[in-house]
Amino acid sequence: MLVILAKRLAMGIVLVLMASALLFFAGELLPGDFATKLLGSSATPETVEALRRSRGVDAPALARYLQWLGGLFRGDLGTSLTNGREIAPLIATRLKNTLILAGAAALIAVPLAVGLGTLAAIFRNRLFDRAILVLSMVTVATPEFFFAYMAIAVFAVNLHWVPSISIITAGMSFERMLPLLALPVLTLVITSCAHMIRMTRASIVSVMDSDYVGTALLKGLPEWKVVVRHVLPNVMSPIAAVVVLNLADLVVGLIIVEAIFAYPGMGQLMVDSVSKQDITVVQACGLIFAATYILLNMIADLLAIALNPRLRYAR
Amino acid sequence: MSLSDATARPAAPSRLAGLPVALAALFCLACLVCVIGADWIAPYGEADLVAMPWQAPDLAHPLGTDQLGRDMLSRIIFGARTSIGLSLAIVTLAFAVGGALGLAAVTLGGWADAVISRIVDLFMALPPLVLALLALSVSGTSLVTLTLTAAFIASLRVFRLTRSLGIDIAARDFVDVARLRRDSTARIMWREILPNAAIPLISEFGLRFVFAFLFVASLSFLGLGVQPPMADWGGMVRENVGALNYGRLTPLVPAGFIALLAISVNLIGDWLVARRGGGR
Repeated sequence: MLVILAKRLAMGIVLVLMASALLFFAGELLPGDFATKLLGSSATPETVEALRRSRGVDAPALARYLQWLGGLFRGDLGTSLTNGREIAPLIATRLKNTLILAGAAALIAVPLAVGLGTLAAIFRNRLFDRAILVLSMVTVATPEFFFAYMAIAVFAVNLHWVPSISIITAGMSFERMLPLLALPVLTLVITSCAHMIRMTRASIVSVMDSDYVGTALLKGLPEWKVVVRHVLPNVMSPIAAVVVLNLADLVVGLIIVEAIFAYPGMGQLMVDSVSKQDITVVQACGLIFAATYILLNMIADLLAIALNPRLRYAR
Repeated sequence: MSLSDATARPAAPSRLAGLPVALAALFCLACLVCVIGADWIAPYGEADLVAMPWQAPDLAHPLGTDQLGRDMLSRIIFGARTSIGLSLAIVTLAFAVGGALGLAAVTLGGWADAVISRIVDLFMALPPLVLALLALSVSGTSLVTLTLTAAFIASLRVFRLTRSLGIDIAARDFVDVARLRRDSTARIMWREILPNAAIPLISEFGLRFVFAFLFVASLSFLGLGVQPPMADWGGMVRENVGALNYGRLTPLVPAGFIALLAISVNLIGDWLVARRGGGR
């Protein structure tokens, strides 16, 4: 088990390093006229050169990559190419906002999805199960913005319950944040549940259909005991893995939802920076998203192994 | 919109299951007609200002007008051409590249397989949206980058699937026979392995299409995909967002079309899989 853990951890670190190299060297492909673009056509070659040097754009690429990487470990993410401000403090507050949004969405979506999936498995092929199936088919194929604007039209414009954009400021009290979070969280919950519901249902159904559950029922064990002793331990591993995998998708789904609601998080910052071609901010945000995604995928892998002894000897 | 390849397929089709599939097929067909014949079908031009902004639907403009006073129905028809045409191009490109590399990896085996597989593993470990945002921030918003990035991302999964299908097939006797016959690598790829992997690859085409279509719609919605005045469904949602404040549901029209097409293609895909499964 420890060997597997160490192996996966090493693989995760290698992946994050390769992601950082990819992000950095992609930035090198940016046409070198950045300084020209920033200063406008009236700039003299000298001012352009001075700006390039002040942003450290004239050292060789590999040296700057190592410097950038070293900076990351000290919590220094460099400076924004467009406005020259430090990126780390900018990201810190936005990361906090993003974590609040993601945490709130996960806190609601995970129990809801697992609960609905379990109910769908219990009422298999009955009306409730069919309804859940249709709903999950619809939500899986519908873009975030459809639900988001639907929710805005109903709850913000018609009912005036909550505002249509969610601009959160520093030091805002929890009670004041709550209505602002409502619609983004609702959108994220709707779009992230479907896959978890389907997988929960599928894993429970496959265990319920197995011979040992049939035997347990036939030998007269009460149903709740069958569920607790035989079904639950065997569905925990696939469900836990699916839940964590979906958290990884949720983190990426955040990027779009934040942009819709003008929510001041990492995703909105990244989208903004892409349209401004502010590559250093894109690199910093991209690395945080990629590392989170890789980490969650790794945890999903490890959870599956930890909860399912059979996988420990698979490879 | 998590589009992970759900293994949970719908249960056996009931008697009523045929109707939604028929409707879905009809809708897809209508969309395809728009893709091919947008110029002839659309009542107004793509960028013609024909009325006041955000006019309510009436006989002249069945879906109302957009933020500049252009006919929504015409924009939807032209948007179908852009959104669907682009997605089809992306998926075709992805299958050409990913499929060819997958077949090559299986047929060549050894280090070629190992190198391609490790590179694909690396890119699959990264979130697709982050990859696309990175590419777009380097090149600026351009249709070429958008198409190539989306095709690249889709080709990763196509490669994986082709490779895993191919490995099973490459181990069978008739491939050994072809190798003993000294058939060329290309011939083994095309004549022995590909025909035997065709059916699962076709159903994967539908899945990849939905993914590419939603991906392009999302990026256009963020303002990073198709640029105005070209009509495309994701961009049209973005352009008309302001209408919500006036109590109009204009942005929900293109958003609804996006959802409808994605659901329709998924429905047809599921139906094909269920039918194939039932036939055996």
